[in-house]
Amino acid sequence: MQAGARIRIFVWLALALLPASLYAATDDGHHPATDKTPAIGDIISEHTADSYWWHITTINGRHISLYLPVIVRSADAGWMAFSSKRLAHGETYRGFRLADEGAYKGKIVGRRADGTEYRPWDISITRNALSILINSAIMLALFLTAARACRRRPKNAAPNKLACIVEMLVMDIEEEVIRKSIGDDYKRYSSYLLTAFFFIFINNVMGLIPVFPGGANTTGNIAVTLVLAACTLIAVNVFGNREYWKEIFWPDVPTWLKAPIPLMPVIELFGVISKPFALMIRLLANIFAGHTVMLALTCVIFITVKMGVGINVGMTAFSVLMTIFMSVIELLVAYIQAYVFTLLSAVFIGLSRPAHHAVKTKKIHTEKV
Amino acid sequence: MPSLLTPDFGLLFWMLISFLFVFGLLAKFGFPVITRMVSERQDYISRSLREAEETNQQTKALLEDTRQRQDEILKKAVADGEKLIRNAREKAMEETEKQLDAARQQMVFLREKALHEINAQVALLSMDMAEKILHRQLDDKAKEEAFILQMLDEAEQLPK
Repeated sequence: MQAGARIRIFVWLALALLPASLYAATDDGHHPATDKTPAIGDIISEHTADSYWWHITTINGRHISLYLPVIVRSADAGWMAFSSKRLAHGETYRGFRLADEGAYKGKIVGRRADGTEYRPWDISITRNALSILINSAIMLALFLTAARACRRRPKNAAPNKLACIVEMLVMDIEEEVIRKSIGDDYKRYSSYLLTAFFFIFINNVMGLIPVFPGGANTTGNIAVTLVLAACTLIAVNVFGNREYWKEIFWPDVPTWLKAPIPLMPVIELFGVISKPFALMIRLLANIFAGHTVMLALTCVIFITVKMGVGINVGMTAFSVLMTIFMSVIELLVAYIQAYVFTLLSAVFIGLSRPAHHAVKTKKIHTEKV
Repeated sequence: MPSLLTPDFGLLFWMLISFLFVFGLLAKFGFPVITRMVSERQDYISRSLREAEETNQQTKALLEDTRQRQDEILKKAVADGEKLIRNAREKAMEETEKQLDAARQQMVFLREKALHEINAQVALLSMDMAEKILHRQLDDKAKEEAFILQMLDEAEQLPK
C-alpha cells in the first residue's frame, strides 16, 4: 500500500517536472519556445501519411532517420534506385525531388528536359511499405513456427506455449466467425479470412507501438485497405454460385422492376461494389482516426508550453492520462476492426453461396404453415 | 497534397506482393496445419474418451463376473468344509462305533471267561464244600439225601 502510494507520488512528480525540463531544453536561446508555434496539423499529417524515410528520433536537435530506398522510373533513363537521403532537405538528385506543394506534395516528382514536372512510376520502399514487409515477416515467423511446432508434435503430447496461443486465436476466429458465417464448406475460405484477420490485427497493433519498427500507419492507408477489400471482392464474386448471380441479374421481384429498365439489377450490382468499399473505408477511417487522436493528445503538451507553467503542468498530466486511455481503447479497436473486417467478409462470402431457390421457398412456405 | 483517399501506386504494389506472399505461404504451410492439428487432436480426445468408456464398461463387467465367481467359490468352499466336517464326524462315529463294538465283544468275552472261571471256582468250592459236608454228615442217611437234593437245586438255579 505504502509502496504503491510512493510510486504514485513519483509518477505525478515526474509528470509535473516534464514541462519544466522542456522549458530548460527550449530556453537555450537557439530555439525559444515563444516564437515557434507548432503546426499541429503538419505534425499529425506527417506522422499519419507515408514517407520516403523513417524518422526514428531526435537527440539534441540531430534527427536520426532511416533513409529508405527510392525506386523510380525516369522518363528518359528508365528504372533507377537510390537512397532517399539524396532527396532530404529539398535536394534534387538525377532530376528527381520531393514536391513542396501542389497535388503531389511530399511525393517524388521528376523534371523533364523541357522543364515540365511529372509524377514517375514510383515503387519506392516507403515507411509504410517497409512496415508492411516487417509485419509480414513477423506474421510469417509467428504462424510458420507455430505450424512447425504443431507438425512435429507427437500425437499424444501437449503443444508448446506458442502453438497454444496461436491455436487459441486461430480456432476462435475459425469457429466463431468463419464457420458460423459461411457454413459447411468454410474450409475453402478459412485460409484467406484468417490471413486477412491476422494481417490487419498485426498491422494495427504494430501501428500502436510508438517506436521503430512500429508506429507506421499502415492499415490507416487507403492502398492497404484497398488491396484487402479487393481480395474480399474477388473471394465473394469469383466463387459465388449460380444462385448468387441470378439474384443479382434476375432477382425475385415484380417483372416491371427488372424487365424494360433493369432497376433492381443496377441496385444489386451497385451493392456488389459498395460492400467491399464499405470494408475499405471502415478500416481506413478507424485506424486513421485513432492515430490522429493520439497524436493530437500528445501535441497538447507542446501547444500549452506557451501558456505558462501552471497550465502546461496540468495539461501535460491530462495529455498523458488521455493518451494512455486512448492507447488502451486503440488496442481494443485494433482487434475489433480486424474482427469486423473478417466477420463481414465471411458474411458476404456466405451470402454469395445461397442455398438453391426451391429449397428456400419451400422453407418459407413451411414456416408460413 | 495527395488526398487521403488516393491510393499510392508504390504502396499498393508492395502491399499486394506482401499480402499475396503471406497468404500463399500461410494457406499452404500455416493455417491448414494448425487447424488439422486441432481437429486431429479433437478426434484423438473423443476416441480416447470413447475407449475409456468402453474400458470402464469392460472393467465393470469383469468386476461383476469376478464377484460372482468369488461368491460361487466361497459358497463351494463353505459347502466343502461342511461336507468335510460331516464326513470326518461320520468317520469318527463309525470308528467309535467300531471301537465300542470291539470293546463290547471284548467285554462279553471277558465276562464269559470270568463266568467260566467263576463256574470253575464254584465247582471247586462246591467240591470243597461237598467234601467238608461229606466228612461231617455221613452218619445221617436221610439228612444227607435231603441236603444233596437241596444243593443240586441251588446249583441249577445258579446262572451259567
